[in-house]
Amino acid sequence: MTQFVPQLTNLFATMILMLSFAMISQRRIVSLINLFTLQGAALVAASVLVGYATHQPDLYVSAGLTLVLKVVLIPWLLHRVIRRLNVRWDVETLINIPTTMLVGIGLVIFSFSLALPISRLSTSMASGSLGIALACVLLSFMMMITRSKAVPQVIGFLSMENGLIFAATAVTNGMPMIVEIGIALDVLVGVLILGVFMFQIREQFDSLDIHNLETLKED
Amino acid sequence: MSALGIVSQLLAIVAALLLAPLLTGWVNQWRARLQNKSAPPLLQPYRVLHKLFNKESVLAEHASPLFRMAPYIVFGCMVLACAIIPTLSTDLPLSSAADAIALVGLFALARVFISLAAMDVGTAFGTLGARREMLIGFLAEPALLMVLFCASLITKSTSLTTIVETLGHRELAIYPSLLVAGVAFTMVSLAENARVPVDNPETHLELTMIHEALILEYSGRHLALLEWAASLKLFAYSCVGLALFFPWGVAQADAPLALVLALPALVVKLAMGGILLAFIETLSAKMRIFRVPEFLATAFLLAVIGLLVNILLGV
Repeated sequence: MTQFVPQLTNLFATMILMLSFAMISQRRIVSLINLFTLQGAALVAASVLVGYATHQPDLYVSAGLTLVLKVVLIPWLLHRVIRRLNVRWDVETLINIPTTMLVGIGLVIFSFSLALPISRLSTSMASGSLGIALACVLLSFMMMITRSKAVPQVIGFLSMENGLIFAATAVTNGMPMIVEIGIALDVLVGVLILGVFMFQIREQFDSLDIHNLETLKED
Repeated sequence: MSALGIVSQLLAIVAALLLAPLLTGWVNQWRARLQNKSAPPLLQPYRVLHKLFNKESVLAEHASPLFRMAPYIVFGCMVLACAIIPTLSTDLPLSSAADAIALVGLFALARVFISLAAMDVGTAFGTLGARREMLIGFLAEPALLMVLFCASLITKSTSLTTIVETLGHRELAIYPSLLVAGVAFTMVSLAENARVPVDNPETHLELTMIHEALILEYSGRHLALLEWAASLKLFAYSCVGLALFFPWGVAQADAPLALVLALPALVVKLAMGGILLAFIETLSAKMRIFRVPEFLATAFLLAVIGLLVNILLGV
């Protein structure tokens, strides 16, 4: 059983990367939220596995926090927000999706080649996951850049945070507990504030397109 | 080449020919059940084949010999494809003749001939179907190749029998790259077999059809061969999927007992795969034809990610 733990961690890492990629190619907001929920679940599984393999009970707490926040609470909040805002329409993207995915492959190659020499130095269990975590962060970052609506940008931000937590868990076997809890609360508060912002943007411009924020004054 | 090898090769071909319509019938039955329709009998595809073989074949006035040849070529390609995929045993004398790349080539050859034949008669539907088929084909082939290369990178061989031998009989290990490749393969095989998100196998005479538009002009035994070839293609794709991702239960060389056990294992695996396919088809809506390139590009890029992950994790 124990020899499968690193392999299973790699499997969940790949799943997180695949879900990041799926999010880029997804147009509908509802599916986007579902994919984000799945990514959170994969992250929970990876944290539990690393915690089990390295005998660190901290990581179970971290996994529990992720489970409560990213699999239950935040998806529920987001579902509520899009229902209240009535924005289950297609996501519009700035550049078309195949191009975005090609850029995404470039980012994956970049982060893999960047992480390969670093992970050779590391002695941690899932050192190969550093490249995957970096790729997830960059892919989510690109999603934030390419989407023009507010809700997908928030999801991109949250998914980037998933990538960061995964990097911390897999490569350094978890951050100190106080940092974990701090980040978790930050994200929760961030989502609440962004939710309020979304309602305000909608009230002001009748749309969630953040291009409306580029003009300072109405003429 | 041993006697047992020849026996297993013949058995593989016969099993493919007989099981392929059964698989189609099984998928149709499950799909009907899931959609709350009364299901057709399991043996319906055989009855259709029997009916069509007994009917007269009507040819268009301007049909060239190519039109008459195409069904035989397509059927031959599919039988050969089923012969080189290790379904029951990895001891296949024919498989040394063609590896995974040649397998993709065989599918391409069949596609070219069916498209040429569809354009040959000169009806609008045939040409439309041929163009769409080529559009899907040229995007699906690289994706399929990449999926096969994912398995090749792990096993250091492009021969399908070696892949199955290595994956199925080495110590159990989890390959993350095969997870990504599996998703990509599912997408490619949905597109290649004219299944629901890309094409609806049940529509006739609608502007959205792809596969049905190609064979619209055929009748009688020609149509029967093409229908059988379509079943064989579904069977071949399912078996490639099983060979790459669930290679257990396939007999090795000089193991007559395992060969006997391989058939029930294959039937069980195909039955599960058929139910899964029916689920996918029921749960997804048909997409616009202009979304298909995007769908297949996603499959291709996922397969590329599988290759990259394989290189990164070095397993």
